[in-house]
Formats: sequence, C-alpha cells, structure tokens
Amino acid sequence: MEITVTRKAHRVKAKLSGELDHHTAKEAREALDNLIGDETVMELVLDMSGVTFMDSSGLGVVLGRYRILCERGGRLLLSSTPPQIDRIFQMAGIYKVVDRA
Amino acid sequence: MADNEMHLEFMSLSQNEAFARSTAGAFFTQLNPTLEQLTDVRTAISEAVTNAIIHGYTNKPGTIKLSAYIENGCCTFTVCDNGVGIDDIELARQPFYTSHPELERSGMGFTVMETFMDEVSVQSEIGRGTTITMKKNIVEKNTVENSGAKGNALGQNKTENITADTTTPEYDDEEAVNDQNILKEPQPQ
Repeated sequence: MEITVTRKAHRVKAKLSGELDHHTAKEAREALDNLIGDETVMELVLDMSGVTFMDSSGLGVVLGRYRILCERGGRLLLSSTPPQIDRIFQMAGIYKVVDRA
Repeated sequence: MADNEMHLEFMSLSQNEAFARSTAGAFFTQLNPTLEQLTDVRTAISEAVTNAIIHGYTNKPGTIKLSAYIENGCCTFTVCDNGVGIDDIELARQPFYTSHPELERSGMGFTVMETFMDEVSVQSEIGRGTTITMKKNIVEKNTVENSGAKGNALGQNKTENITADTTTPEYDDEEAVNDQNILKEPQPQ
C-alpha cells in the first residue's frame, strides 16, 4: 500500500493506493497515525481512488483514524471511493459519521 | 458430484489473504461472473481467511483450507481452520461485534460475507476449529429487450449471458445493516 500526502494548513490529504486488507492495514494505520500525530492537523481527507481492494479491515483503519481526529475536534472525510469499496462503507453506515469530500 | 472443484492449503499468514482471494476469484471466473460478483467473492473469502488467521489461530501458525465447488451455476466455498473455535456463533455474527477491539477490528467480517454471498453457514467446535461455507449463485437471465449487457469480469460483453441485476442498493444509513437478506441459519449437519 502506498500513501501520497499533500498538506494545506490544517488539512491533510492522503491518497491510498493498493489493497487495504488485514495484511496491509497495519502499515496504513501507522502511516496515517504519523500524519495525524501532528495535532495541528484537524482534517484528514482519505482519497480512496487508488484502492484496488478493501475488506472490513479497511473499515477498521478508517474508523480508528476517525476516532483519533474526533477526540480533538477534527474530522475525517472520504473522497473518490470506487463503487465496490463504497458498498462496504455504505453497508457499515460509515457516512453517518464520516463525510464525503 | 461437483462439476469442478479445487482445494488449497496455506499457512495462516496475513500475506496469504491476497493469495487466497485471488485463487478463489480465479476459480469463480469459470461461471462468467460480473465484475461486481467477482469482487463480492474475493471480499467474502478475504473476510473468512482473515477471521481464521486472527481469531482461529490468534495469529499463531496454522493451516487454512480453502475449497471451492462448482455445480449448476453455483459456486460453494469453504474456509476451514483447526483453530480455537467460536464460543458463541450468533454473537460473533453480530454486526460490529469483535472479540479483539484492541486490534481495531471493525467487527463487520461476517456482515460483509452475509451481504456479498447468497448463503453463509458456520460450523465450529471449541478447540477443534471452524468451517465457513459460502455460496454464490450466478443467475442467468435471458432477455430480448435488454441488449445493454453488462460486461463480465473477463471484459467480454455477452448478450446471451446477462446476469441478475446487481446494482448497488441504496443503503439507508439508519438501516445500513438490517436492510439486507443476511444471517442465514447454519445448515444442519
């Protein structure tokens, strides 16, 4: 899994590329936590356009990052989610707490 | 007797999750699925294998057996481990339930399987292991009016092999989990 990052003020955009499953979740989690470990980051946009596969492990990664940001009043957004992956997000009701960018 | 079958054994390592779902998907393409159906199968297999690794073997060494059988346009998959077994299957199948919250698990593995596959059953015995059986039917619909055939997973547009409507349903956020035909009862032995 590759992650490409851009930052503008308090907003960070991370484009994920590759497969997001249990095997790659740890790496993704650590990389994203490094980004939002800076407490001036108040908004994380996950660009999912490069994700070629995701199962419920990816849900755990997204929800975990959401919780971290939420604790400090920040927010997480999802963008450019491929339809098959968006099905999983919708099934889990993630858009109740996370916005689409 | 199945028209075709395959059997695969592999170590309970997370790097084998992709291998398992790719193998299952490759076998399933014989039924000429749509891309969505193929992704459904790959995702469900990935969930079952991940469960075996994390919960069955608690990330310790073990062997996972993946089998698949094709008969009459239906593919039946089994994912089997000889791990610790599931104490309460009904609880385990509840959406968002996880026995490992410290691992940041979403608890949606079974829900994904039940949503993406047509049938899911679980057999488990404490100390002996767990077998998850899942079925995916390929329904062929002959139409005259519908000439806009969906491309199948192999990139072929075949008007004679139009599958059932697999349009992604609109999920009501309030009923994101309940609005699905899920939670088939375990099949009697």
